[in-house]
Amino acid sequence: MGTSIEVGADRVSGNGGRLGTALGPRVRPKAEVTAPYQQLADDDRGTGGEKLANFLGMFSIGLGLAQVTLPGVISRLCGVDPKDDRTRRVMRLLGMREISHGLAILSNQQPEKAVWSRVAGDALDLALLARALGNPDNDRGATLFATANVLAVTALDVMCAQTLSRQPKTVANEKMDEGIIRTKRSITVGRSVDEVYAFWRNFEQFPQFMRHLESVTVIDERRSHWVAKAPAGKSVEWDAEILEDRPNELISWRSVEGSQIYNAGTVRFQRAPGNRGTEVRVELEYDPPFGKLGSKVAMLFREEPGQQVMDDLRHLKQVMELGEIVFSDASKQRGMHPAAPDGKGPEL
Amino acid sequence: MKATCWMGMQKMEVKEVPDPQILNQSDCIIRITSTAICGSDLHLYNGFLPLMEPGDIMGHEFMGEVVEVGRNVKKLKTGDRVVVPFPIACGHCAACESEMYSLCQNSNPNAHIAEKMMGHSSAGMFGYSHLTGGFAGGQAEYARVPFADVGPLKVPEGMTDEQVLFLSDILPTGYMGAEMCGIKPGDTVAVWGAGPVGQFAIASAYLLGAEKVIAIDRFDYRLRMAKERAGAVTINYAEVDSVIDVLKDLTAGRGPDHCIDAVGLEGHTHGVMYVHDRAKQFLRIQPDRPIALREAILACANGGTVSVIGVYAGLIDKFPMNAVMNRSLTIKTGQCHVHRYMKPLLERIQKGEIDPTFVITHRLPLDQAAMGYKIFNDKQDNCEKIVLKA
Repeated sequence: MGTSIEVGADRVSGNGGRLGTALGPRVRPKAEVTAPYQQLADDDRGTGGEKLANFLGMFSIGLGLAQVTLPGVISRLCGVDPKDDRTRRVMRLLGMREISHGLAILSNQQPEKAVWSRVAGDALDLALLARALGNPDNDRGATLFATANVLAVTALDVMCAQTLSRQPKTVANEKMDEGIIRTKRSITVGRSVDEVYAFWRNFEQFPQFMRHLESVTVIDERRSHWVAKAPAGKSVEWDAEILEDRPNELISWRSVEGSQIYNAGTVRFQRAPGNRGTEVRVELEYDPPFGKLGSKVAMLFREEPGQQVMDDLRHLKQVMELGEIVFSDASKQRGMHPAAPDGKGPEL
Repeated sequence: MKATCWMGMQKMEVKEVPDPQILNQSDCIIRITSTAICGSDLHLYNGFLPLMEPGDIMGHEFMGEVVEVGRNVKKLKTGDRVVVPFPIACGHCAACESEMYSLCQNSNPNAHIAEKMMGHSSAGMFGYSHLTGGFAGGQAEYARVPFADVGPLKVPEGMTDEQVLFLSDILPTGYMGAEMCGIKPGDTVAVWGAGPVGQFAIASAYLLGAEKVIAIDRFDYRLRMAKERAGAVTINYAEVDSVIDVLKDLTAGRGPDHCIDAVGLEGHTHGVMYVHDRAKQFLRIQPDRPIALREAILACANGGTVSVIGVYAGLIDKFPMNAVMNRSLTIKTGQCHVHRYMKPLLERIQKGEIDPTFVITHRLPLDQAAMGYKIFNDKQDNCEKIVLKA
């Protein structure tokens, strides 16, 4: 046993940068090959339970709104007297509590405390339902049915809160707790690293494959001026500066201090294994209007933040591999359109 | 131009729509001379594939004459007669370079939607829902064909439309189904479904050296075609209690060495399992009825291959993974990489090794496409394959 610890302890230095002791020296993977990928995997940690938490947040707000606006209907569903003023008042208060839980969950990256507070709320609801069961005037069947439903949601709440409690605190999570949205997307482009880097370095070409950009104008070696399309036919503008530029490796940038909007990003280029071209990885962070809550509400109506980045990367791949973005009759316009010609050209 | 449009479940209409135009510089526009209704079009007709939009132009088996080419098109010119493969492939991505054309990485503009449903996206396809890109199909007078230098195959002089039309889909699909089996001398192959793709799978299994091929269906006229034209031994599953037992009988207990599912998500059978699957599909608990697939797996000989060319669109239940794992079965499947097979199969047609016209039972003008769908779907009038003439 002592031996294996000893071998493990000097595995990096003692094996010339190679990992692992199970494999013979000739077949061991190289540390410099696997370590960057382990880093990527580690950076992706900390998001467990996010989808369930978002669902519960939305559920809280929906139920809360129903309790506040239609207290009579919800009272009847719970089997208690919908005409009693006191009942309706309590129902409205419970509704406001639900809404506050929902908002708290949606505005935090790791809404562990908010979900535990939902569990506490469930306990209160169950206590009230138990009291309602004791009153012979109430509709016992309805109350029992409501209780079963609350129990089911409680189980989900507990499960979600436990999952969230187990999440490691990562850099990404801390950023997001400050209200910054951070998104990561990647694609493999069938071109060499120098070609892809050179294409990317020429920012003025971006509007060719980024559909939300109107123009990019290079001011000098480090600075450029960006104009992007915004909702309702408006546009937003900002100046960006390059923070770091390592040819064929990475470019990172951020909007200059005092810009209309904050955004920052890094793109990394890496040779894909076995002649597969270039792995392009983009990390983008921005400060959405109304913070995380705003972006989650926007997600209900539009697309998730990473979708735009992914679309842009797919278009980059098409432009680099084929020379143009591929259109179908339906996709040449935004939104759903029938797959039939309409006599119009592509709308970029 | 006139085009066959999907207007809702079991509602097809031939409508007047604007003519297609060049959208990308590698496109061509073709004037369609012949097109066909595919069995997989019936899945759209019956509403089993998601993401259709009223007004979508149907059709992915078509051919015609080039009338316009984009600036970057080099190999085709106006006046060329071509047949068009149904998957849209760019010819330059890693998938195309390894001849997996139906997995082209660049041709599906709606890849993000497909990714949500399937993990990763497949290629764009003509007239086959917005999940495969929202490309207008070819059951029309004209069609826009992207990547004109990659897909369309020039038709040699002297060959008729009907001789080459099925190179667009069903002949290569049936052929790939047989090829995926890795047939060795003496092998017995069983094919579920004696529709047009099943017929071509049977014929292809013989082309690739199968000793005997067994066809399974419930329509006598289809089984008759399989027996008389493609040379299969036939089983009408509606007339036997257990197809698996009959297959054991025919192979002295071994089971067929390879099984091909040319049925897909709308399988039929008799008995409790069918009612169970049908009910689940109706309730949208299970989008697909994998009846043929289950039977193919259970029937297949130990160590054999189950080749799936029937279309699946969603999730399936009661998948006998125990049989697959414990009996060392290999499952091979995929939307056909048509581009890979067009030239070799064209040569086989020219040499007289196979005559694909044998499946055609109906020829209709494009105007009557809606009626064609009904006849084909309801298996009226011994319908096997409908060709539409524009």
